[in-house]
Amino acid sequence: MNPAPPLLSVRDLHVSFAMDEGLVRAVDGASFDVLPGQTVGIVGESGCGKSVTMKAILQLVEQPGRIASGEILFRRRTGPAATDGEEVVDLARLPSRGVEMRAIRGAEIALIPQEPMAAFSPVHTVGDQIVEALQLHGRQWRTDGGPLSRKDARQITVDLFRDVGISMPEQRIDAYSWQLSGGLRQRAMIAMALSCKPRLLIADEPTTAIDVTTQAQVLGLLRELQRKYGTAIIFITHDLGVIAQMASYVVVMYLGRIMEEGPVDDIFHAPKHPYTRALLRSIPSLYGRARVALPVITGSLPHPFNRPAGCPFHPRCGDVIPGMCTTRVPSLQNIAARQQASCFLYHDKADPA
Amino acid sequence: MVAVAPDTSAAEDRVSVASNWTLVWWRFRKHRLALFSAGILICLYAVVIAPDFFSTQDPELTDARQAFIPVQTLHLFDEGGFKPWVPGIVGKRNSVTLRMEWTTDPARKAYVGFFVQGYPYRILGLFETRTHLIGPVEANQRIFLLGSDRLGRDQWSRIMHGTQTSMTIGLVAVTLSVLLGVLLGGISGYYGGLPDQIIQRMIELLQSVPTIPIWLALSAALPRDWTPQQVFFAITVILSLVGWTTLGREVRGRFLALREEDFVLAADLAGASRTRIIMRHMVPTFLSHIIATSSLAIPVMIINETSLSFLGLGIRPPAISWGVLLQEAQNIQTLALAPWLLIPGLLVIVAVLAFNLVGDGLRDASDPYSH
Amino acid sequence: MTAQAGAPLLEVRGLRKYFPIVKGMFRRVVGQVRAVDDVSFTIQEGETLGLVGESGCGKTTTSRCILRAMAPSGGQILFRSRQGAMVDLAPMVRAELRPFRPEIQMIFQDPFSSLNPRMTLLDNVGEPLLINGMRNRRERTDRVAELLRLVGLRPEFMHRFPHAFSGGQRQRIGIARALSTNPRLVVADEPVSALDVSVQAQVLNLLLELQSRLHLTFLFVAHDLSVVRHISDRVAVMYVGQLVELAPTSAIFERPRHPYTAALMRAVPVPDPRASNIGGALKGEVPSPAAPPSGCYFHPRCRFADERCRRDAPPLREIAPGHFARCHLAEQLNLDIRQG
Repeated sequence: MNPAPPLLSVRDLHVSFAMDEGLVRAVDGASFDVLPGQTVGIVGESGCGKSVTMKAILQLVEQPGRIASGEILFRRRTGPAATDGEEVVDLARLPSRGVEMRAIRGAEIALIPQEPMAAFSPVHTVGDQIVEALQLHGRQWRTDGGPLSRKDARQITVDLFRDVGISMPEQRIDAYSWQLSGGLRQRAMIAMALSCKPRLLIADEPTTAIDVTTQAQVLGLLRELQRKYGTAIIFITHDLGVIAQMASYVVVMYLGRIMEEGPVDDIFHAPKHPYTRALLRSIPSLYGRARVALPVITGSLPHPFNRPAGCPFHPRCGDVIPGMCTTRVPSLQNIAARQQASCFLYHDKADPA
Repeated sequence: MVAVAPDTSAAEDRVSVASNWTLVWWRFRKHRLALFSAGILICLYAVVIAPDFFSTQDPELTDARQAFIPVQTLHLFDEGGFKPWVPGIVGKRNSVTLRMEWTTDPARKAYVGFFVQGYPYRILGLFETRTHLIGPVEANQRIFLLGSDRLGRDQWSRIMHGTQTSMTIGLVAVTLSVLLGVLLGGISGYYGGLPDQIIQRMIELLQSVPTIPIWLALSAALPRDWTPQQVFFAITVILSLVGWTTLGREVRGRFLALREEDFVLAADLAGASRTRIIMRHMVPTFLSHIIATSSLAIPVMIINETSLSFLGLGIRPPAISWGVLLQEAQNIQTLALAPWLLIPGLLVIVAVLAFNLVGDGLRDASDPYSH
Repeated sequence: MTAQAGAPLLEVRGLRKYFPIVKGMFRRVVGQVRAVDDVSFTIQEGETLGLVGESGCGKTTTSRCILRAMAPSGGQILFRSRQGAMVDLAPMVRAELRPFRPEIQMIFQDPFSSLNPRMTLLDNVGEPLLINGMRNRRERTDRVAELLRLVGLRPEFMHRFPHAFSGGQRQRIGIARALSTNPRLVVADEPVSALDVSVQAQVLNLLLELQSRLHLTFLFVAHDLSVVRHISDRVAVMYVGQLVELAPTSAIFERPRHPYTAALMRAVPVPDPRASNIGGALKGEVPSPAAPPSGCYFHPRCRFADERCRRDAPPLREIAPGHFARCHLAEQLNLDIRQG
């Protein structure tokens, strides 16, 4: 057990969207912790609420959505210097456009979006945008906590570019985002995200839009940088392979609810929830038997407006307990030392919480 | 399959089998203001079909002795029951200006009726009838619901006929420009290459020339001895020749985007002819959008016609349009004397607003896949 | 292995597709992008050939040329028609292609753009039937019902519009449409990459089942190697417009002969935290097909490259029976896809 207190602690988070057609509970009671320097993977299919969770942490949920209840406890630095203390704030209570939230978004929690093309402005050079962010938030780079000069900020940007493996960094920082290839753009995005020495990095499907060999480069880079800077990462993806390679702790979501969470090795080698098990069985492998029928999860993902009653997975579940799963919603409970699942199959074996 | 409560699945089924037009209608009827405007437009087009039915007298009937008669307000009840009437008019010659000055006198009631017999006319040139929606009970009496002009013509009846001309011009001109826009924009977007280049340059040329001088030049070129019908047709063509360019651009853009859609490629790979791909797969996908855009273009056409006629270069008397009617109100002295001659302008505003609101509603409703 | 003797269903010979690079106001042609550069392969009847590569490698352009959705710049596309004769589709014009359209059909990647949103399932799936002469609506309705059952959808759904269906269901509808004309060759362009993980397996199983029931031949274009390995009899790998390796699936995955193929396989993140495989990633970026490097196109990124690789372009050679690779060192290298 890690004695360090969690950097981020999401407690019973509910996010709902009031649509014309009815209330959509996009996130319905999510709880998980992110320890300092840890990589937590959130994995799930479309509509599972993984991206909404990420937006809730950053206070970026758009109308008509809102955080209905729950806490997002974040341990922030009280000052720019390393000796400064820490305090816990509930991000769910902070106003989205307020000064505090903006300071946290820029300097403490950084985002690597799926499509870096959209994240960079096409009319400023990539370097200028990072320099600007540094001048705004980058006091961590100075021991005395004072503002950075433009020259210093530029030098830091060049160093960051070198760090993220961009060759010829002095020239590349004067390029516009559209002049860079997909891989370079994602590297520049990572440099921008790291520029303010965030303690938490949220990577939202950062490699979905890029090719497999470039993906391997970017994933390797993220791992290496994490080791170097000790940043905690929340890695959001639908790709089980990427999760297995990147995360140390995995949260599996389905239709807004956490189905299972635990250390990566347990999730992949001792999955407990029928959804996790079925998902792992159904992906074709590079080493498995070819041209035979794969075990499938029957049915399709229900529309968010038509969420089934009871356990959201019960209509597609092979182990459904009639009368139980169809009417009651299982809560997330401990089923092993560090593994939790929300499934009635394990509730009797659960430790009394 | 997923178990859902029966009532939600019934609702779901209704949505599942709803065609695009049904979905558009479902969304459109949520816009109250647009729905109300659509009602106004329906009334206006009813007038277009049979203006004589709504008139109280022949719009060309002149009587210099009955010039500038003020509005005779319609009252519906009298003697404790439904008995519509208008106040009578009393004339007195002004001893200074020597002009007849008219005032209404509620004591002298002139009774009117609905579905009364009046002057003969033909509906759509087919059936001859004498029935009018509203008219004086005594056949030889004249009533002026919206007053009369300097020649003693009934403004109400003239507005009915002007509505026919102006609304028709708007519709026909937009239809023509839609045809031109879809055809040329379609060729431009679907084939690309040289035809695209030529059409795009043509659009740029047309758009770079200021519109009012073009109209002026074109209308001035119309032979003076043309009949009102010929002039009417010519004005429509002129308006649409200038007006198709925006739509042409839009259609081209849609074609360019749709050409990349997989379902268009699928039709191509199934062996569909080019005509079939365009007519069955491409046009229907943006038809609702085009209709919305056109309903926003109609008021522009109406205003254009009104301005041209107002300047005396569009529809010319004896033909009647809103612009021709407003020409009567060109001079300040007349306005001071007979402010009711501005009523056609009010109608232009109502029609343009109604078209814009309906167009907005249609545009919002026409893309059910936007969210 | 289905790749037995007998005339192939499709034989692509020296296929080329160049796109001109135009510059300036007068649209002067200043160069060529060699999107597909001298690609040759065959597909036997009833077999699945997987075509893999990264974006921009020319796999999609190759498939679009075979479908004749675009005209190739050169080469032959020999297709064995129902009558048994080999016909060259490459030089044909629109009208000449019409009789062969029903025999080669396509399954699309994006289940949202591939169906006409304004048409019901009946009209969407029945459209190829109508175009190819099935005018009787009753007959068409019966056939569409049969097709929907075939792909695992309820025939009662045929009056619904595509917006009522999920991604996986739409993909089934797209498959039904592709099969409506009884095609003999089906080109599937990334048919599962836009689908959710839990639905991918359903569609893959459906494709395998349909292939054995209807004796279909697939050209399966994809970037996901696990999927390609699962569904293909043979696999062709493309890099910068060229085929770099072509071999039976088991052979290529057990012992790839081209360093690029091996690197591609190593780059796939394995869904097993105990088998760490990130880190040994390929360096550098894919070169532009407008200005490819000298010699072997892969040499700037290849850790085995020597002087010859920089100088001479290697030909596609048969290294073992049925196993082709475009590498000077194919025999010497011992490439293992599992990272040590």
